[in-house]
Amino acid sequence: MNRISIADPIHFQNIVTMEILLRFLIGGIVVSIFAVISDMLRPRSFSGLFGAAPTVALATLGITYALKGSSYAATEGRSMLAGAVALCVYSLLTSYLLLKRNWSSLPAALLAFVGWFAVSFGLWAIFLR
Amino acid sequence: MGHLSPVGELKVRLKLSAFKQTRWYEYLIRFVFGGLVTAATGLIAQKYGPVVGGLFLAFPSIFPASVTLVQTHKEKQEKKEGKGKQLRQRMARQAAGVTSAGAAIGSVGLFCFAVVIWQMSGRLPPWLVLALALAIWLGVNVFVWWARRKILS
Repeated sequence: MNRISIADPIHFQNIVTMEILLRFLIGGIVVSIFAVISDMLRPRSFSGLFGAAPTVALATLGITYALKGSSYAATEGRSMLAGAVALCVYSLLTSYLLLKRNWSSLPAALLAFVGWFAVSFGLWAIFLR
Repeated sequence: MGHLSPVGELKVRLKLSAFKQTRWYEYLIRFVFGGLVTAATGLIAQKYGPVVGGLFLAFPSIFPASVTLVQTHKEKQEKKEGKGKQLRQRMARQAAGVTSAGAAIGSVGLFCFAVVIWQMSGRLPPWLVLALALAIWLGVNVFVWWARRKILS
């Protein structure tokens, strides 16, 4: 599944480090592009769509296809279904805390992570494990 | 979801001044967070495999930063217009809440994006799979957003 040879440990470590750095740079760039677009769009409910943009997915899958192949990417895509359901719950929970409970954004968005983890790993345990 | 956000306008527009409102360090924060989550996703997949790693492709990595920015900018805008603190805060949180509701709609498109990746990987060239998935993400989201507003208005 992993095409990188581990025969030479030092070489392997260098490749792994390069891959992490590449993921960081590409991820940062893709996220920034979508963030700029989102900031400029109105109304806010439309710009909010870009809060659920597949930024991490685009950056990650591009590298995954190149380094690990289509089968690996397809498996990640299937798990992403559960992550997307969890993201919906996360967003609704954040929205509820802001609109109905008048919470401030940062505490609301941080607390809602509990919902994301619960739903995504719950679905993983039931359907994907 | 209808009670969670006002219907408002249907016309989508670009507000270029919003780009100037955002400070350079606010973009840097999102760049760093986005980069860190992407790198972490790769590490998680390496350690635990693609089934677990794939969950994090839909992780709300920059959502806290983005929604905080919406609130902050809205509060500043309302302060300039001379509104009192409580009203400013309320309006700013409403704006952030509406943005969050928009992201909930956006996750429908993200689900469709994932379906394309899962089903079409290996059948089409990778660049075409990603392009198709992105096009479907955008198309589904725009349609769902538009349909919801039409129904509620």
